[in-house]
Amino acid sequence: MANKTPAPSGQGSAAMQAFWSWLNKRLPVDAFLETQMTGYYAPKNFNFWYYFGSIALVVLVLQLVTGIFLTMFYKPGELTSFDSVEYIMREVDYGWLIRYLHSTGASAFFIVVYLHMFRALLYGSYRPPRELLWLIGMLIYLALMAEAFMGYVLPWGNMSFWGAQVIVNLFGTVPGIGPALVEWIRGDYAIADATLNRFFALHVALLPLALLLLVALHLVALHETGSNNPDGIEIKDKVDRSGRPLDGIPFHPYYTVKDFVGIGVFFVLFAIVLFFVPTLGGLFLEGPNFEPANPLSTPEHIKPVWYFTPYYAMLRAVPDQRLGALLMLLAIMAFFFLPWLDRSPVKSMRYRGWMSRTALTLFAISFVVLGYLGLQPAEGLYVMLARVFVVIYFAFFLLMPFYSKIDPVKPVPERVIYHAH
Amino acid sequence: MADHAVVAGDEVDLSRRKFLTRATIATGAVGAAFAAVPFIESWNPSERTRAQGLPVEVDLSKIDSGQMMTAVWRKSPIYVVRRTPEMLKNIAGHDELLKDPFSKQSKQPEYAKNELRSRTAEFLVVIGTCTHLGCLPKQRFAAGELYASWPGGFFCPCHGSRFDLAARVFEGSPASTNLVVPRYFYPSAQKLVIGQDEKGVA
Amino acid sequence: MRTERGVRAQLVCALLAACLLVRLAAAEEAAGGEAGPGQLGADWQSWHADNTLSDKPSLQRGARNFVSYCLGCHSIKYERWSRLGVDLGIPEQLLIKDLLPPGDKPTEYMLTSMPAADAEAWFGRPAPDLSLTARSHGPDYIYQYLKTFYVDPTRQTGANNLRDPGSPMPHVLSALEGLKRAVFRDVVSKGEAGVVSHEQVFDHFEVIAPGTLSATEYDGFVRDTVNFLDYVSEPTQEARRALGVWVVLFLVVFAWLAWLVKREYWKDVH
Repeated sequence: MANKTPAPSGQGSAAMQAFWSWLNKRLPVDAFLETQMTGYYAPKNFNFWYYFGSIALVVLVLQLVTGIFLTMFYKPGELTSFDSVEYIMREVDYGWLIRYLHSTGASAFFIVVYLHMFRALLYGSYRPPRELLWLIGMLIYLALMAEAFMGYVLPWGNMSFWGAQVIVNLFGTVPGIGPALVEWIRGDYAIADATLNRFFALHVALLPLALLLLVALHLVALHETGSNNPDGIEIKDKVDRSGRPLDGIPFHPYYTVKDFVGIGVFFVLFAIVLFFVPTLGGLFLEGPNFEPANPLSTPEHIKPVWYFTPYYAMLRAVPDQRLGALLMLLAIMAFFFLPWLDRSPVKSMRYRGWMSRTALTLFAISFVVLGYLGLQPAEGLYVMLARVFVVIYFAFFLLMPFYSKIDPVKPVPERVIYHAH
Repeated sequence: MADHAVVAGDEVDLSRRKFLTRATIATGAVGAAFAAVPFIESWNPSERTRAQGLPVEVDLSKIDSGQMMTAVWRKSPIYVVRRTPEMLKNIAGHDELLKDPFSKQSKQPEYAKNELRSRTAEFLVVIGTCTHLGCLPKQRFAAGELYASWPGGFFCPCHGSRFDLAARVFEGSPASTNLVVPRYFYPSAQKLVIGQDEKGVA
Repeated sequence: MRTERGVRAQLVCALLAACLLVRLAAAEEAAGGEAGPGQLGADWQSWHADNTLSDKPSLQRGARNFVSYCLGCHSIKYERWSRLGVDLGIPEQLLIKDLLPPGDKPTEYMLTSMPAADAEAWFGRPAPDLSLTARSHGPDYIYQYLKTFYVDPTRQTGANNLRDPGSPMPHVLSALEGLKRAVFRDVVSKGEAGVVSHEQVFDHFEVIAPGTLSATEYDGFVRDTVNFLDYVSEPTQEARRALGVWVVLFLVVFAWLAWLVKREYWKDVH
């Protein structure tokens, strides 16, 4: 039977069989494995861009486990937070390793998620019938940003404090209720102990639960429609007599073994950073944050951690605080409209014309350049360039209904392109 | 069938597949075990705790004859009793009333495995934690204090365990072993160090 | 009139001049990190600490330097004396005899004996704790800081600093380093609307008086001290890197095995 994987280690002992049968009468374990793993068909032509979903899931688990362990030693409070982090780094056995796993994991999470999102842009994975999958993904992205922002406040370093000050102050730009809203979020007249403690509760309890729920929904939505692929073809359009997609392969064992390779390579790179350059020159752990929070002393250059810097550059590109905040918000919200902005008859960039390819390339460049500019001081040439690239960034979205429609497309093949490997 | 993505053809070497899969799973399991170590080790008492758990010094000149002082070592109460000659006499002669008169089941360093359960006759050094369920026994040093034939010792208020002036447990007590003796030594005549002896720090 | 001899003489002169220039340039280059007072110091912003954490004798010297010259005002409150002994290979007896302030226990944190109130009265604020300075500012910062003190009679401490202008810290190491003054030059620039501005830009140092250490010795002193502070900022650094080698090797092996398994199973896929 070509599509059936050999039964694990033969039939096993009678005791194992009896246990398994007992279990399956009470929990749908076998049914679950069959529908979600061995009987779930994924396109056979997944490439490099398709590793990042499973890697993201592994990083999520890593953050949850290391986060829980950090909570065993971390003491939230304006007088104790900073010291307790140094306690973890120096006095708890292997505390330094758990801390670095968590800090490197946070940055790794965003690298992986950004590559994961880029795949969707490349191959049209946000297109019908996967619009909701995309929207849930965007909600995960928002939750992740909130989680990371609050997590960064917890060490109560000087950048924790001032970063929180700047971002929370942004809420003051909301018309009418702004100032009251800011005070309500802070729980005090300035970023203080009250703010720190509630961020701790949200970071440790609420947002992880929200993330888990959203990720579960994300997977359910994915399995409902099935995965997209680099050719943008719906593999369910061509099925055999049993209903199995001709261009599909069972997720287990083929993608489980393939994903383990991806995870292995990821962890090699991750370990190199963690053990040899955990601060990554100030990108993953910023210098000013090794000083305790000082409400009377602002760091020379306030900047968020690298994964927020594209939006930070946009914020500072506009001389007006309210408009800058609005622009930043719109930049993130724009992603939500993608499934409806895209009017191209084809999904995948492989079969689109030069207009879409140029637009996507320019968008990717603008995201990276804005990220770099967000790390620089907001003056002179940096601000000018930021303005230019903000325009390019928004043009990607705003002009999409036009260029995606008129762009000459290539014929999409009937079956997926696959080369044995 | 010919059109299918997955065809297990003749090239499939199942034994190689099994071997490789098992080798990888085994390596992964070893890796997972090693990865678990830092998390488990993180629960060890930290450097700060270990620093707090270092040996404790007691100035014996502060303890009057017949009196008891309670020191703290590793968060446990340590009873230091300066026994009078009278009290020392009351330790002998009631072995048949004790559960473990020769401290065979009880815990103490070799130098305390004697009738007086101490290095020197004068001082008794024991952990003041009842070996039943952990309450702090109270001192009842006077002979006859609890009942007519009471030779003096400790009485635990929680469940009624009784110990003599060498901290040995009486029959009829819920506790089954004598009070634990920690490692200790005397660097000088008037100084007691709890938590350290010739073998080093506990 | 240009005779053959004249041309040759000119060539020789030119060659000699070139050699001299090259020698001078080389001397200026060599004045980089190893320079102390007595050299130009114009390139102070490119000085690097180049400290080696695995050099235990250097760390020991740095610890001694810190205890002798810095602990009077600065704490390193996250480091224990006993940990210092273990990590730097100093036996406890030696630690107690040579480094530990009398009355302090080895398990205690390395705190300064100067009361904060006094420090504020004398310097305006307590001397900052230095446990994490090598992480927040970097070893190069501390290195440059300790090597760019200069005499400044306009200040209460009589000293100023290039790395941290206006620093309230006096030139504690002046006995070792000696005294030097900073020579500034006037830089004129024309801004917008023809506004002319003058700026005093540091040019070079001039030695006023030598210290008890030579330039090279002082440089070594600073380097050891910076090395020590680098260690204090993250005592687990060496352990981290050592473990990292094994972890990365293991993961490479695992990834390779996983790839072999993948390749094996994917033979099925056509």
